[in-house]
Amino acid sequence: MNIHEYQTKELLRGYGVAVPDGRVAHNIDNAATIAEELGGERWVVKAQIHAGGRGKGGGVKVASSIDEVKQFTDEMIGTHLVTPQTGAEGRLVQRVLIEQACNINKEFYLGMVIDRATQRITVIASASGGMNIEEVAKTDPDRVIREAVDPAIGLAGFQCRKIAARMGFTGKQIGEAAKIMQALYRCFRDNDALLAEINPLADIDDGKLMALDAKMNFDGNAMYRRKDITELRDFDEEDSKEVEASGHGLNYIALDGNVGCIVNGAGLAMATMDAISFHNGKPANFLDVGGGASPEKVGNAFRIVLQDPNVKAILVNIFAGINRCDWIAEGLVQAMRELHIQVPIVVRLAGTNVEKGAPILEASGFPFIMANNLDDAATKVVAALEGAA
Amino acid sequence: MSVFVHKHSRVIIQGFTGQHATFHAEESMKNGTTVVGGVTPGKGGQQHLGLPVFDTVHQAVEETGADVSGIFVPPPFAADAIMESLEAGIGVIVVIADGIPVQDMVRVKRYAAGKNAIIIGPNTPGIITPDACKVGIMPSHIYTPGRIGVVSRSGTLNYEAVQQMSELGMGQTTSVGIGGDPVNGTDFVTVLRAFEEDPETEAVIMIGEIGGPQEVDAARWAKENMSKPVVGFVAGVSAPPGRRMGHAGAIISGEADTANAKMDLMEELGVHVVRNPALIGETAKRVFS
Repeated sequence: MNIHEYQTKELLRGYGVAVPDGRVAHNIDNAATIAEELGGERWVVKAQIHAGGRGKGGGVKVASSIDEVKQFTDEMIGTHLVTPQTGAEGRLVQRVLIEQACNINKEFYLGMVIDRATQRITVIASASGGMNIEEVAKTDPDRVIREAVDPAIGLAGFQCRKIAARMGFTGKQIGEAAKIMQALYRCFRDNDALLAEINPLADIDDGKLMALDAKMNFDGNAMYRRKDITELRDFDEEDSKEVEASGHGLNYIALDGNVGCIVNGAGLAMATMDAISFHNGKPANFLDVGGGASPEKVGNAFRIVLQDPNVKAILVNIFAGINRCDWIAEGLVQAMRELHIQVPIVVRLAGTNVEKGAPILEASGFPFIMANNLDDAATKVVAALEGAA
Repeated sequence: MSVFVHKHSRVIIQGFTGQHATFHAEESMKNGTTVVGGVTPGKGGQQHLGLPVFDTVHQAVEETGADVSGIFVPPPFAADAIMESLEAGIGVIVVIADGIPVQDMVRVKRYAAGKNAIIIGPNTPGIITPDACKVGIMPSHIYTPGRIGVVSRSGTLNYEAVQQMSELGMGQTTSVGIGGDPVNGTDFVTVLRAFEEDPETEAVIMIGEIGGPQEVDAARWAKENMSKPVVGFVAGVSAPPGRRMGHAGAIISGEADTANAKMDLMEELGVHVVRNPALIGETAKRVFS
């Protein structure tokens, strides 16, 4: 689960990380008032959307007058901001963050992530912050500092000082950087984060260290015990079909092909997409109905897949372990009755109660195209697509 | 022989009296598994499926000599249940729960360090040595005793591969689902090592997914340490690049994190890579015969 920059900064401020003075504006007047109250001569206007790369898309601007604050706010709010991470359709900007601008002497990178390799919370840091950090990681990986945290001890002081020294800090700034690392670690641990990032961590004006931008991502499985974080969720930032799907216990991700997929299990769902691609088809979605799929759940899966107008054929691939093929078959027949589905449907059933599932589909009289195995299913759905075109 | 579980394994079920646990304990027993009891706190002293229920794993181990535990408790309580089993000296802990907070698993792994136990999962269908011991939720009828070791991250893709094998007459020594979570108990290398050491296993099928360095690490280990052939597949060639927010994930995962990049590297390291998931069985048949 993602949250906005202004929410992340508010959270970090509570743990003692210095962030610029600033507030969120929803319209021009609002923005002007905030800038006046903040004072100073220059302000940063930042579009608040969940996607990164905002600077490259014109979503971060420095204003030298109140009029400019108004102008930039007006340009951003209500428009769809396109960044390298939003896709071509962009993301609607509903609010901007107005902050006091500061003079930057140098930019650093400080992040934390749960690293699959160490299986621990791992600090990632670099003396090169800002937009080029991924480039640095590729071309000069030795300049990226990694330090795994022992969960029984927590992030130790000496680790922070070691990281700070390698980032190039000296004197008083070593202690200051160490404090920020400790704060970020506590925030990460206490809120069940999966990722936290301060980029840039900036050396500003008089040598103070400040988080000029910050991002956090949280573990959905732990949100039952993190009510404060759950409240920060912004549904406008998420695909409405994906939100609807998760409400039905389905894991759905929209893609840009035309073969709808309904599968159980994430691994098999991906493999099914791979098999379709192998036969030169293009999957329209990833959809995992999960375990214990009831007929209702199958019906909801169809409804969500069919909301995508690009879908020209559907492949249902169920390998039942904890699921039951007869329930899936009943769900299929029910969906056909209720949704008046026009596109061809290829069905492959295997596993628990498969001998009860197939007869239900046959007896229904609907023109299901039955497949014997994964390869057969992928071949048939691509052929059906060509027939339908 | 087999790996991790066998016909002499003595299995308890944590969360024994729950609906899913009950169903799958019965299924396991039908497949030849020796289930010796279970644990449900507060229900100690009762009988369930004709077997004793205990309040704690410690009591269950003392009374039954259990050495394997299947954990069926809900995700919020699963980490504690795993640590309880570790403390009680259980050697093989199978965690079915899907949705355990990642940081809980980080702590569990720290607790497990130095304890010499195998944790399988979480988010796994479990482990099965066909007709001898099954701890998990997989449909046992598709598995047959044989000579091939199977290890996978995904559950249903494990079934898919096993079905393809069965149709071509290949059975399994043991099939292990290591689970799909980012922080999990047992990695590919540990399972490959066990298959290499098992005299009955003649070859291995390894099925991975996008995300993380595990598959390539395992292939590298196999190149240096394994005499038995490995057939490999990585799901997710057609998956979109992960929608991400920050840079940290990309920095830590590096270059070889896409399915194709992983399969290319695995191939270079001597794994017999299958590109079409529908041909896992056929490829295994060709390579292993």
